[in-house]
Amino acid sequence: MISIQHVCKTYDVPKKGPRRTRRAVLDAAAPASAQSASPVPAAAAATAATAEAIAAASGPDGTVRALDDICLEIADGDIFGIIGMSGAGKSTLVRTINLLERPTSGSIVVDGVDVTGLTGAQLREYRRRVAMIFQNFGLLAQKTVLDNVCFPFLAAAGKVTDADRERALSLLERVGLREKASSYPSQLSGGQQQRVAIARALACDPEVILCDEATSALDPKSTNTILKLLRDINRETGVTLVVITHSMDVVEKICRNVAVLEAGRVVEQGSVEQVFADPRADATRVLLGKVEWDA
Amino acid sequence: MLNDFIAEYGLLLAQGTLDTFLMLLISCAIAYVIGIALGVVLHLTAPGGLRPRPVLSAVLGWVVNIGRSLPFIILLVLLIPVTRTIAGTTTGVRGVIVPLVISTAPFVARMIEQSLAEVPRDAVEAAEACGASVPRIVFSALLPEALPSIVRGVAVTLIAVLGYTAIAGAVGAGGLGDIAIRYGYYRYESELMIVTVILLVIVVQLIQSVCDLIARRVDHR
Repeated sequence: MISIQHVCKTYDVPKKGPRRTRRAVLDAAAPASAQSASPVPAAAAATAATAEAIAAASGPDGTVRALDDICLEIADGDIFGIIGMSGAGKSTLVRTINLLERPTSGSIVVDGVDVTGLTGAQLREYRRRVAMIFQNFGLLAQKTVLDNVCFPFLAAAGKVTDADRERALSLLERVGLREKASSYPSQLSGGQQQRVAIARALACDPEVILCDEATSALDPKSTNTILKLLRDINRETGVTLVVITHSMDVVEKICRNVAVLEAGRVVEQGSVEQVFADPRADATRVLLGKVEWDA
Repeated sequence: MLNDFIAEYGLLLAQGTLDTFLMLLISCAIAYVIGIALGVVLHLTAPGGLRPRPVLSAVLGWVVNIGRSLPFIILLVLLIPVTRTIAGTTTGVRGVIVPLVISTAPFVARMIEQSLAEVPRDAVEAAEACGASVPRIVFSALLPEALPSIVRGVAVTLIAVLGYTAIAGAVGAGGLGDIAIRYGYYRYESELMIVTVILLVIVVQLIQSVCDLIARRVDHR
């Protein structure tokens, strides 16, 4: 069980904060201005809400709130979707779960233990329990596929044993790429590279896999392969999946529960059936394509 | 005529070429040990790095910049007392290693810093998310990923230092630069100067070709 309790993340903008934040503000602002002449009330309301949220988000003291009082509970074995437009804060949120970004306030509690303040060896130990896959795969280009999958063993123990290599090969077998073990990532297609990244994520028997836009760079066919693989792994091992995406399609295909993020706030959450059948928030309706596209 | 030339200067030129290579390789080897360490620390402590330390990063940056802003010929003279203490002499190949290392190491530090900055952020973050420690990330992810770029940097460094060794020739360091100045410039022996220049051109080509070849071999992208 991952419990995200009142997590906020703020950045100082004038003091040359991380680029991510400024981009987030720009991205969020762009659709707002593009839609400002909208004749459709629903879209206009959404626009006003977005603009207000951003105004509130960038406080008078020159800070931007990337995450604003997020509370979520993710059950063990769940496939939990976090969906939102670009700049809504989904990536920041998922990166606070494995502490690649530290929350400004609030806490991340995993199985009853507050992990927010972990440092050093304890932090690394925790990160091995929470694997992550990325939009751009994050593979080491100068290492073979097998060495990439063995990297978590190297990170954990400082060496790779024959048993580790056997385990890595069986994971490659599981993702259907055993024969590519001695290839380099550049020799694989995007979908294959992501499968290698999944094998690497599985290497340290994680309890949770964070998927940060894992299929956003892939074509529909590879997307389906990856989604099926993730779903099957969830069924076989009971690993919790946290799926970040801007595509409702992905949520519909594999997620059981979903939270909708807008301008750093959770605007809607619930089971996928419920949210799809009866979307309450304007952001959800836009994501579902229920707002006139050319409004 | 060619035979006469070789008989008269062959040994001199062979010794000069050997001295040039010795100066280059010894000073660059030491400079790379220092420069890689400096470059890694600069990269890690920079804002947005894996271990941001603004003060350390700024101080180290200044030191490196000071090292790079002193013209080599001035450094050579300035360092004479230091060189004498460390190497026991200020002339010949031995005497020029210390100033060469001191002026090359900051250059190497910046080259390494640049090569490390080119490593995709995603790959480093993935290593971090696997629970790797910072030394593990440096030695198993950052440096191996940057290797082809580092090797190309070695060519740039070697060729720049080759220029320094020629300058060092002006204060009696030996090597091809020294021959060009003593015989070609002071004694108006133009043929000898032309030959040393040709030899230097060949050395530069050789360095560049070998480094390019190695860089292609180690690059799996």
